[in-house]
Amino acid sequence: MALTEDTTAKTEQQVPDEQAAGAGPGPLGLLRRSVSSLELDTRLLGMVIGLLTIWVSFNFWSGGTFLTPRNIWNLTVQTSVVAIMATGMVLVIVSRNIDLSVGSMLGFLGVFMALMQAEWLPSVVGFDQWYTWIVVLIAGMLLGGLVGALQGTVVAYLAVPSFIVTLGGLLIFRGLAWLQASGRTIAPMDSSFQLLGGGARGSVGGTISWVIGVVACVAVILLLASRRRTYLKFGFRVRPLWADIALMVMGCVVILGGVWYLNQYYMPEPLARAYAEANGLEWPESGLQIPFGIANPVLIAIGTAIVMTFIATRRRYGRYVFSIGGNPEAATLAGIKTKRTIVLTFMVMGILVGLASAVQVARLNSATSGLGTLQELYVIAAAVIGGTSLAGGIGTIFGAVLGALLMQSLQSGMVLVGIQTALQDVVIGIVLILAVAADVAYRKRQSR
Amino acid sequence: MSIGGNGARPLVEMEDMNVSFGGVHAVKDMYLNLFPGEVHALVGGNGAGKSTLIKTLSGAQKADSGNIVIDGAPVVINGPIDAKNHGVETIYQTLALADNIDAPGNMFLGRELTTGLGNLDDSAMEDATRKIMGRLNPRFENFKSPVASLSGGQRQSVAIARAVHFNARILIMDEPTAALGPAETDQVRQLIRQLREEGLGIILISHDIHDVYDLADRITVMYQGRSVGTVDKDDVTLDQVLAMIILGKPPSDVTEAELEELHG
Repeated sequence: MALTEDTTAKTEQQVPDEQAAGAGPGPLGLLRRSVSSLELDTRLLGMVIGLLTIWVSFNFWSGGTFLTPRNIWNLTVQTSVVAIMATGMVLVIVSRNIDLSVGSMLGFLGVFMALMQAEWLPSVVGFDQWYTWIVVLIAGMLLGGLVGALQGTVVAYLAVPSFIVTLGGLLIFRGLAWLQASGRTIAPMDSSFQLLGGGARGSVGGTISWVIGVVACVAVILLLASRRRTYLKFGFRVRPLWADIALMVMGCVVILGGVWYLNQYYMPEPLARAYAEANGLEWPESGLQIPFGIANPVLIAIGTAIVMTFIATRRRYGRYVFSIGGNPEAATLAGIKTKRTIVLTFMVMGILVGLASAVQVARLNSATSGLGTLQELYVIAAAVIGGTSLAGGIGTIFGAVLGALLMQSLQSGMVLVGIQTALQDVVIGIVLILAVAADVAYRKRQSR
Repeated sequence: MSIGGNGARPLVEMEDMNVSFGGVHAVKDMYLNLFPGEVHALVGGNGAGKSTLIKTLSGAQKADSGNIVIDGAPVVINGPIDAKNHGVETIYQTLALADNIDAPGNMFLGRELTTGLGNLDDSAMEDATRKIMGRLNPRFENFKSPVASLSGGQRQSVAIARAVHFNARILIMDEPTAALGPAETDQVRQLIRQLREEGLGIILISHDIHDVYDLADRITVMYQGRSVGTVDKDDVTLDQVLAMIILGKPPSDVTEAELEELHG
């Protein structure tokens, strides 16, 4: 048969490479071999190690404050808004585009949703209806999807570079936010809408947190097991059984450990008293330790990341976004409707901005026309620090979420140890550049 | 085999094809047909319009006018999907691979296998890719890494596998050997012969006149967007084909003086 004797043989090079990584005698060689059997993404592993380093350093520097359950809990809440948007930004950047308008759009949609629940809806149906929050949230996400799709249409069908379209969007949406708010601060928000933003009422409590943790843990085990079963059915190579089991255990330890740690953050006494009263608990002399549990915005961000990962890796649409980023011409020749795919990508971005904006507004319990200023830069930086290549075609949702967490860790760590704001920006700027430089170097080594 | 399918119905007939870009008439009144079990070479200098012509058949370029008939029935090809639905597969000179995606992903790009719920069935795609690669290139092992990390020959085999897997009846190969070394070129030639035996119709574009002379049953020469003529390979000499390419005239119109000059 034809093409049997392939003369160039990168395939063969890779096999010895893998072996070389695990070669070498003694315990070190064994460790390396074991780690490589886990087939972890070394790049993500590097990021996790970077993140842990930052955490431990700030913990020393702040005299043990950084790693308190309270600070970690706050960190997770503060990360969620940028994380939600970063999951969409990954797809935008992977498709060889950029969206500079997300910060302004966050402000525009935030003011829109705030006005809707504080002025428009109450004048029709009255204040604090049970459905107000969901109506407002859906309206905000729909409007976000609409303006996103509009920008995407100009990018895809009129072939205006996305940099320009969304730069225009940055100005337009900020202007619209001002026009809507006419300089006012719109507050307060609907009482059930506020739950989207976290806080004592907007968290799920200790028990439900544990339930979520256990469900997630079971899901990890089932996912790995079904993958293994499929691979065996097709006769593909699988990890050694112990490695799969180790991964399951590691996943569960991380998830359940995280839940346990977050559940160590207890309500302060006044809140706890109010909680006890509301739930008919007796207040003992020693006080009650009532955990907040995972905050709603964090659950929303995690849920978003899972859904977006699914879309990016398991659905045709995601495959098409990546193929366009890798080679637009090849995508077209394969019969992919590239323009429609681009419009969809900007639409998804807009919907996510709507969601993030709701969380932000709920958290602040108010909206101003300045809401979300400069957020686009944090969102893009999170995606890029998380390994998304601005050249397109490469990026992961999980990486972007880690990127968001890393940046937020730096920022709140610096606040905690009392570094002035101007210097904080300098540090974050430097970290952004260093992170990408490290990434470029890493990829160069990989491709060799 | 000298002429593909004597008296048989052509697999493809392209009539009066015209394509222009702005003021440039890239393809003028072109006629081309293809029989089952035939290799029909399309040759000509740079900018003669070969690639543009076949793009109207592969769906990558819309024709301004002209008729395409497949299996005796007129068809409309508005995009790559239309062409593929008619059994036309194309191996482009650039290979048209998404470098960031693995071999199975590229093979099924735009035609992914999905599970009942519409999720990508990566394992089934990898399995199918392994099977066809076992036939085309048994030493191919890299099913999980992006094709950017593969060698030229391996990338070529991904592009070929993609065209062959979907039961193409009409195969368009645009410079299939241009980027390959001598050994790999030889393998592609063998593959072309084998596919012809299986009854496919193959349109072969090549700069390599020896390639063409070695493989083709018939040769159509294009010159400035027009057809100079279609000849049976056995009826012409290599020199005559070269004269058609360079002078843009059928062999009967070429004078002795012009031939002399050509050999200068």
